[in-house]
Amino acid sequence: MSTETGAATGSETSRIHNIGYRAYDGPRLGRAYARRSLYSQSLRGSFGLGRSTKSKVLPMLLLGVMCLVAAVIVALAIATPNTTQLPIKYTSFAIYLQAVIGLFIAAQAPQSVSRDLRFKSIPLYFSRPIERGDYVLAKFAAMVSALFVITAAPLVILYVGALLGKFDFADQTKWFAQGMVSVALLSVLFAGLGLVMAALTPRRGFGVAAVIAVLTITYGAVSTIQGIAWTTGSTGAVPWLGLFSPITLVDGVQTAFLGADSAFPGGEGPGAGAGVVYLIVVLALVAGSYAVLMRRYRRVGL
Amino acid sequence: MARATNVDDVTVIATEGLSKRFPRVTALDRLSLDIGPGVTGLVGANGAGKSTLIKILLGLSPATEGRAAVLGLDVSTSGAAIRERVGYMPEHDCLPPDISATEFVVHMARMSGLPPTAARERTADTLRHVGLYEERYRPIGGYSTGMKQRVKLAQALVHDPQLVLLDEPTNGLDPVGRDEMLGLIRRIHTDFGISVLVTSHLLGELERTCDHVVVIDGGALLRSSSTSDFTQTTTTLAVEVTDSDTHPDGTDALRKVLTGAGVKLVGLNGLDAEGLPGAGHILLVEAAGEETYDLVRDSVAGLGLGLVRMEQRRHHISEVFRTEEAPAAHLEARTAPVSAGAVLQKGSGRDEH
Repeated sequence: MSTETGAATGSETSRIHNIGYRAYDGPRLGRAYARRSLYSQSLRGSFGLGRSTKSKVLPMLLLGVMCLVAAVIVALAIATPNTTQLPIKYTSFAIYLQAVIGLFIAAQAPQSVSRDLRFKSIPLYFSRPIERGDYVLAKFAAMVSALFVITAAPLVILYVGALLGKFDFADQTKWFAQGMVSVALLSVLFAGLGLVMAALTPRRGFGVAAVIAVLTITYGAVSTIQGIAWTTGSTGAVPWLGLFSPITLVDGVQTAFLGADSAFPGGEGPGAGAGVVYLIVVLALVAGSYAVLMRRYRRVGL
Repeated sequence: MARATNVDDVTVIATEGLSKRFPRVTALDRLSLDIGPGVTGLVGANGAGKSTLIKILLGLSPATEGRAAVLGLDVSTSGAAIRERVGYMPEHDCLPPDISATEFVVHMARMSGLPPTAARERTADTLRHVGLYEERYRPIGGYSTGMKQRVKLAQALVHDPQLVLLDEPTNGLDPVGRDEMLGLIRRIHTDFGISVLVTSHLLGELERTCDHVVVIDGGALLRSSSTSDFTQTTTTLAVEVTDSDTHPDGTDALRKVLTGAGVKLVGLNGLDAEGLPGAGHILLVEAAGEETYDLVRDSVAGLGLGLVRMEQRRHHISEVFRTEEAPAAHLEARTAPVSAGAVLQKGSGRDEH
């Protein structure tokens, strides 16, 4: 084509502008591929990739904050002489920075599901090979992955820093692995709750508020009552109260099984027995979230 | 268009005694259809069962009884396979405003199973075919209704389906946009070789676009015939001419010539009696066939007048009922409660989210 010059150009351009309809004979990759495409589009969308610059600001900022805090902790640990371990445990990091994680899920869960509901794009998905379960699964998995990225990245920084600081390799690796399991659990739980709240409130602003409310109000209430229970001497009640907010649930599970120090008042975390109850509640919440989402989308078929 | 000829003998949509009953409403009532390749219009009043039929054809809603097949695939067992080969354009708004038409259609192409590169190429092609050029890179929120309808059409065509289901594609468009959309729908079959099922509550606009028109009411088949059957009995031509020095009243002069040639006029002395501005200058002529068009053209030229317009008058679905003569009144009385119920059922929010 590039060798065409002069008079030929005229006919050449007119041909290009009128090439007619071309049928598609290539592969159609079907349902599993469509589900994967929806997953990757949703995951990228959670960090504003493939969207406007404006929508990249908040998620990138939050990811930056998480990583920056981890980097500062590492820097302090290495700079301080005679330290043999990091100043905080891997499992405590997400608990300390729960507000940042809460903001992320509050902003991104509505972005992921409310848009399709609000602008009624759902029928366009369901008139294609994927089915309701594929849609819910892809959105759920994408949100879990996004949360895992934002919670696991700082742990990786801590771990790399700890190895650079020549802290004990075996201990660090074990604690790092425990931290990863903990944030994975947190990601699944928060993603489920966040998506349910967002899917039930198609107006995006309400969705953000609803997610923040579920995460912070329950945490505020639970920690206040725990505080009262502890100061009035009913220490036995403290571990059980933790069952009523998402972040204290994660705290309880990791205290019982992942060698974490509980952030509950007086460090009164649940033992192994109560820990099983915690784990059951977490799994029930995740399963419940999935069921609610499936139900939600049954009504919006077409 | 080798493919178009390949499917010539195949039935595109077939239903047999198809019924869909909701607790309080019968949406489809033993509907049996046999739709071949080409452009088929599905006409019915609101609540006649058009959307319910589309849902069943896409395999998204099980029929209460009866069978349906699309492209030879049973809707109850091969839903996913059907949806891979069929495009669907919903009636309502379905576009997110904050991303561009290109990004949106690429995503939808991938959701139909097209690999990433093919999705991009097909998107560029399809958007050009529906008439979206530079604006396709701008967010959809800033588009006019006509442009949004084109994006909706593009997402239904992007995976090169064998059949597209278009639900009220001309809704909300002005007359020019309507004509452009109808022209585009015609091209989907003639140029792209894709069969079309298009719904509307206006019979007039479909009879010019479609090869075949199916009229349903209250979920039951009212009439199914090729469009020539409709046009032979119902076409009215509206003719408007200018005046000239030799003929100070051009409309009157033309009327005399046409009646002299034996053409039947419609309405009061052939004048449009609807009382619209300028209506007195529009002559309504009954068109018996192609020769009437030629006669009008020749008469106008012979008188030396300017032809301002000559157009087919649009018909409303209700005219189908009127042509059914005596049974029509009785039929409407029978179906009215069903239609009312269907509207109620829609209003109750089942279709909403």
